[in-house]
Amino acid sequence: MEGVNFHINQGEIFGFLGPNGAGKTTTINMLTGLSKITSGTVKLLGEDYSRNVKKAQAMMGIVPDESNLYEELDGWENLGFCGALYGMDKNLREERASQLLHEFGLEEAARKPFKAYSKGMKRKLTIAAGIIHQPQILFLDEPTTGIDVAFARQIRNLIVDLHNKGTTIFLTTHYIEEAERLCERLAFIVQGKIVREGTVEELMQETQGENIVNFTLGGDFSEIDEDFRSYFPAYDIKMGRDNVVSIHSQSTFTLLPLVRFFEERDLPVYEAKIIRPSLEEVFVKVTGIELQKMQNQRGDR
Amino acid sequence: MKTWIAFANILIKDMRSYYLKPPNISWGLIFPVAWTLMFFLRSPVPVDVRDLLPGVIALSILFGTTSMLAVTITFERKSRSFERLLLAPISLNLLMLSKTSGAILFGVINAFIPIIFASFMTGLSGIRWPMVLGSVILIAITSTFMGLFIAVSVSQVFEAQTFSNSFRFPILFMCGLFIPLTDLPVFLLPVSYVLPLTYGVDILKTAINDNGLISVPLSFLSLAAFSVLLFAYSIYNVNRKWIH
Repeated sequence: MEGVNFHINQGEIFGFLGPNGAGKTTTINMLTGLSKITSGTVKLLGEDYSRNVKKAQAMMGIVPDESNLYEELDGWENLGFCGALYGMDKNLREERASQLLHEFGLEEAARKPFKAYSKGMKRKLTIAAGIIHQPQILFLDEPTTGIDVAFARQIRNLIVDLHNKGTTIFLTTHYIEEAERLCERLAFIVQGKIVREGTVEELMQETQGENIVNFTLGGDFSEIDEDFRSYFPAYDIKMGRDNVVSIHSQSTFTLLPLVRFFEERDLPVYEAKIIRPSLEEVFVKVTGIELQKMQNQRGDR
Repeated sequence: MKTWIAFANILIKDMRSYYLKPPNISWGLIFPVAWTLMFFLRSPVPVDVRDLLPGVIALSILFGTTSMLAVTITFERKSRSFERLLLAPISLNLLMLSKTSGAILFGVINAFIPIIFASFMTGLSGIRWPMVLGSVILIAITSTFMGLFIAVSVSQVFEAQTFSNSFRFPILFMCGLFIPLTDLPVFLLPVSYVLPLTYGVDILKTAINDNGLISVPLSFLSLAAFSVLLFAYSIYNVNRKWIH
């Protein structure tokens, strides 16, 4: 890790976005005390705890990328045990455990052993365990990775609820849509370095003024890029998947010459779609990481 | 922050989840019986149970504590649940003490099973019980910390078993249990004196049969020193290896 410098405002959801191996989990580990910081400082509420993270751990809730609760304990026991690790009295632990099991829709599974939970239920209980002591900052490492759509949606709603209650949330993800939907501010991390940080609106400035149109074509267009650039030097062409070519321009498009260009080369135009630049476009532009690569990594996980 | 709540709950969870499970209780019962029977069968002359008692007590503690702690910690590290403990706002020393307390308690309980068995077979008068209790506790502590040392040195559960056996069997033959220290080859004696169990067994021999060789205060001091050294080295290794 190098040049990792960012701040999180109290009460906000801060997203840490990057491909696998970019350093997201390592950053969380350094902030929470699972990895040593060799240089630099980490401050929480103005206090430097780089050399004594134990002082700050009581204020933190940590939800790792893989559920790490005790397989042999049931949901209720797991929550109680996690509360005890933060010095909570028995009555308070039981009260919070009941409340969280209810809020997270896990009441019926409360007495089932953790090993019998589905992946989505495990993730929910792990989040509940991370907030049983009502931390001031919650670290969520890839909270929706590897779980089905319905559970992922429930978990996103839970994150929004926690945010509405005032919890500061540090969220790592490689799902760009998730980051865009949930986070107020974001940082892009690539190969251990933060390459951009800001609000979604600030980051979108990167593509402001850029116009994109996607053409779905027939025929083989794999070698038209040079020809295209000589005809339209003001435009940039990118080959996509599923017979789509993407044309980028700083000025507005005149579609007819483009359609004519393709048709003259026996490339029938099936569809032309004007694209509004998204955070995904910003991410690709800033990091140089192809979406295809990110998507493949999602599959790997 | 009430750290004692964390300490007590880690201890209670470990006792329930690992040490008080039926397979472990049966291990605690079968092990001393098997050892006693082995001595009876291999001895050409009648054996006094009281003579066997120091050895069986020491081995019950050694085998019970080292393997259990090494396996449970390695298992928790593998399943990443140990990370949850490292992230809790309690000091590493207190965390490791709470993780080892269950094994120490298990070792002490294991030690009294052969004593209970022996009480049905022979007289136990004249035994210096405070000395027995002191040595049992210190043997349990050093053996547990040896288990911790093993747990910090391995990453797989099967490695924990193999590595702990590479410690335990040499200890078995060089701590004065099978072969009295006076009969050991001279070149092995220094090895024998750096094994904590040598001192523990010797205290038990003095306390039960009054035939120990080493001064009791020196043995207690040595066991205490071994405990501190093993614990300090394990904590150093946990810091170095598990908090990257």
